[in-house]
Amino acid sequence: MSNNSNKLHEVFADTLNIDRSRVTDSLTYNTIPEWDSVAHMALIAALENSFDIMLDTDDIVDMSSVAKAKEILSKYHVQL
Amino acid sequence: MLLANKVVLVTGATRGIGRATSRLCADQGAHVVLTGRSKDQLDGVQAEIATEVPSAVLSNLVMDVSSPESVRDAFQQLFKLTKRLDVLLSNAGVLDDALIGMVTPDQIKRVFEPNTYGVLFCAQYASRLMARTGGGSIINVASIIGVNGNMGQAVYAGSKAAVIGITKSLSKELAPQNIRVNAIAPGFINTDMARSIGPEKFAERVASIKMGRAGTPEEVAKVALFLASDLSSYVTGQVIGVDGGMLI
Repeated sequence: MSNNSNKLHEVFADTLNIDRSRVTDSLTYNTIPEWDSVAHMALIAALENSFDIMLDTDDIVDMSSVAKAKEILSKYHVQL
Repeated sequence: MLLANKVVLVTGATRGIGRATSRLCADQGAHVVLTGRSKDQLDGVQAEIATEVPSAVLSNLVMDVSSPESVRDAFQQLFKLTKRLDVLLSNAGVLDDALIGMVTPDQIKRVFEPNTYGVLFCAQYASRLMARTGGGSIINVASIIGVNGNMGQAVYAGSKAAVIGITKSLSKELAPQNIRVNAIAPGFINTDMARSIGPEKFAERVASIKMGRAGTPEEVAKVALFLASDLSSYVTGQVIGVDGGMLI
């Protein structure tokens, strides 16, 4: 796993306050109580800070899973 | 200096209240980012303010608040430029009056897009940037017409009443992130927009003001400065009238 991929998993685990083993590509928004809309905005802020980017609103709405987050971050030139 | 080291973004910065607020914030030490639809006008106003306030730190970005794509692009540029935002003055707006029987769908769109949608689009990006650095202040320019309504102004009044609802809702949603959200409701202010109604109507409006005169953009700017600065550190969700006792 690349450094950035590690960082992304860490951000998810820390922000959602879940064990890192639960952060897999298939983890999906609103399927666990820890990833609700409030947590989603906190997650966005944490990702933006960690990778020093600013996400478009469309991408915030589209970021429905860990896999999707990776896809979206790659648009911002984050190598995963 | 009330705004030293702060970044202030002003929409509709080339004229009237936007220009006056930009100048006052620059004078108070802020890095002011002027935005508007015309690059030429922005460059011109930036040069004027730089002459009036030699210490001013100014930038400008082309942004049409009616367009979500344009707002997105401008905020992306802002992020690259400053990495932060402390104050947003959402001021860009249009006035287009008609009696209700003559209002067209195009007119509704033309008014609501900048006056209302633009406030939402800008608040989306601004609040996220502000949250990253511990908070900020969003100031939305509503109108006395949005508070009280007026004959022939149902569309404009609706667009500005919506701004008040947006302000009150966002103040509750964003308070935990230390982002204050307030609105200013100017009365009759001597701007290009106000003068566009013609001299007869202008005189009629002035006659309805207890102080007997139109306000100046600078008088609105002073209230914006109060809301932008820490002088108002515990003020959020408020609509502050700046209307000289105007009756509608």
